[in-house]
Amino acid sequence: MPREGTAVEVKQLRKSFGAQRVLSGINLKVAYGETLTVLGRSGTGKSVLLKLIVGLQTPDSGSVTIDGQDIAGLSPRDLNEVRKAIGFLFQHAALYDSLSVEDNVGFPLQRHTSMSASERKERVAQLLRQVGMEEHGRKMPAQISGGMQKRVALARALALEPRILLFDEPTTGLDPITASGIDELILQVQKRQGNASIVVTHDLHSARTISDRLILVLEGQAVAEGSYDELKQSQDEFVSRFMAQAA
Amino acid sequence: MHSVLSNLNSRMTVFDTPKRVAYSFFEWFGELGVFCARLLRSAVAPPYEGRELLRQMDEVGTKSLPLVAAAGAATGAVIALQTHASLARFGATSLIPAVIFHSLLEESGPIITGLMVAGRVGAAIGAELGSMKVTEQIDAMEASAVDPFKYLVATRVVACVLMMPLLTLSADLCGVLTGWLMTSLTDPVSLTLFVDSGLRHADFNDFLPPTFKTLVFGLIIGVIACFQGMRTRGGATGVGKAATGSVVLSSLFLVVADVLLVKIILALFP
Repeated sequence: MPREGTAVEVKQLRKSFGAQRVLSGINLKVAYGETLTVLGRSGTGKSVLLKLIVGLQTPDSGSVTIDGQDIAGLSPRDLNEVRKAIGFLFQHAALYDSLSVEDNVGFPLQRHTSMSASERKERVAQLLRQVGMEEHGRKMPAQISGGMQKRVALARALALEPRILLFDEPTTGLDPITASGIDELILQVQKRQGNASIVVTHDLHSARTISDRLILVLEGQAVAEGSYDELKQSQDEFVSRFMAQAA
Repeated sequence: MHSVLSNLNSRMTVFDTPKRVAYSFFEWFGELGVFCARLLRSAVAPPYEGRELLRQMDEVGTKSLPLVAAAGAATGAVIALQTHASLARFGATSLIPAVIFHSLLEESGPIITGLMVAGRVGAAIGAELGSMKVTEQIDAMEASAVDPFKYLVATRVVACVLMMPLLTLSADLCGVLTGWLMTSLTDPVSLTLFVDSGLRHADFNDFLPPTFKTLVFGLIIGVIACFQGMRTRGGATGVGKAATGSVVLSSLFLVVADVLLVKIILALFP
C-alpha cells in the first residue's frame, strides 16, 4: 500500500568536522513516491547528509524528521525502529566480508523478523532473483565483482521492504551497462513500492533516469532545485557549469 | 631568514610535543572510558547474541589452542631443563616437579597464554573490526538497526574473558606433560609420581587465583583490541595500525595488570 505525505524532512542541517564545515544549513523534503537526487562536487557533504538522515552521525544543529518524527530526541531503541523503515545502499556496497552473499541479504531478516529458516531462505532467493544474483548466493563478497556487490547490497537494503531508500552513489565506478541495470532496479522498486528515495550521485545520466527532482549542493547548502531539465536550463553560472561539465 | 624560521619551527615542535602527547594520552583514555560504558550498556541489555558468542568462542578458544598448547609445552620443557641443571648441583632434583608445577601454574602458564592470545586474537580482532570500520560495514550494520557494540564488540570481549582460563589450563597441562617428559629423560619417573610430588605442598589457593586472574587478561585483550579496531581511521594503513596497536597495547596492559594482580593475590591468599 503506497504511503502519502512527507517521508523525510531536513531543516537547517549543519555539520562540521573540526574546522572543516561540511553542511551549512541545508534544507530538503522528500515525499513518498518521489525520488530526490542530490548532486554536488566531491567533498560537499552529500554522503554525510545521508548518514545524518539515518542517524549514523549527529548534526551540530538543525533537524532530521522521518515520518514526522524528529530523530534527534529518540532513544537508541526508537532510533532503531526508525532505521528498520530505511534501506541504505552504501557507496562501496559495505557487504559483510565474513558472510556469504545470501547470508548478507538474510542478515536483516534474521535480526528483525520472526521468519522461519525456510521462509527466510525463500525471501533471500526472491531478493537475489530480483537483482539477478540468484546463482551467486553461496559466494563470498570478495569473490564477486563491484557491480555484483552493489546489486547484492541493493537486495540487502530492500530485504525489510523499507519505506525510505537512501542510495549513496549507486552507479559510481560501474560500467554503463551495469549502471543502467542498477538504475532500472531502482526504478522498478520505486514503481512497485512507492518509496521515498534520496540518491546521492555524480552520474547525471543516472540522475536523469531515476529522479523526479534534483538539488545541487554547493558549500554545504542547496543552491538549486528542480527537475533535470530545469537545472539544465538554469542561467546560474555554477549550475550551468556543473550540469555541462558533469554531463 | 629561512634558517631562523626553521629553528623557530623546530623549537615550537620541541615545546609542543609533550603537550600534544599529554593531550593524546588523556584523549585516548577518555575515549576508552566512553567505549567501556557503551560496551557495558550493550552487553547487559537483552536480547543476547548467543550464536555469535559461540562463534567467537570458537575463534578465540579453539583456534588459539594449538599455539597456546605449543607455547605451554615449550615453557614446561625449558623450566624442566633449566631447573634440573640448577637443582642437580645441590642434589635437590626431587624438587623439580614442585618447581615445574608452581612456576607453570602460578605465573608462566597464565602470562605466556595471555601474551600468545594478545598476539593472535588481539591482532585478528583489531584488523577485522578496523577493516569493517573503514569499509563502512559497521555503519551498514548500525544503519540496519543492529547495535555493533552488542553484535561485534560484546561477543568478542565476553569470548576472550571466558576462553582465557580454559586456554591457560591447556597451556599448564601441556607444560606439565613436557616437563615430566624432560625430567624423565634424565631421571625416569612415572607421571603419577611426578604429579603427586608436584602437588604435595600445594593447595587450591596456589593455583585457582592465578588461573582466574586470566579472566582479567581476557577482558584487557578483548576491550583493547575492539577499541583499537572500532576507532580505526583511514584505509589499509589505519587497519595495520589498529592491528599493531591492539597487540602492543593489550600486551603492555596485560603485563602491568599481571604485576598488580600478583600483588593482590599474594595479599589475599598469603
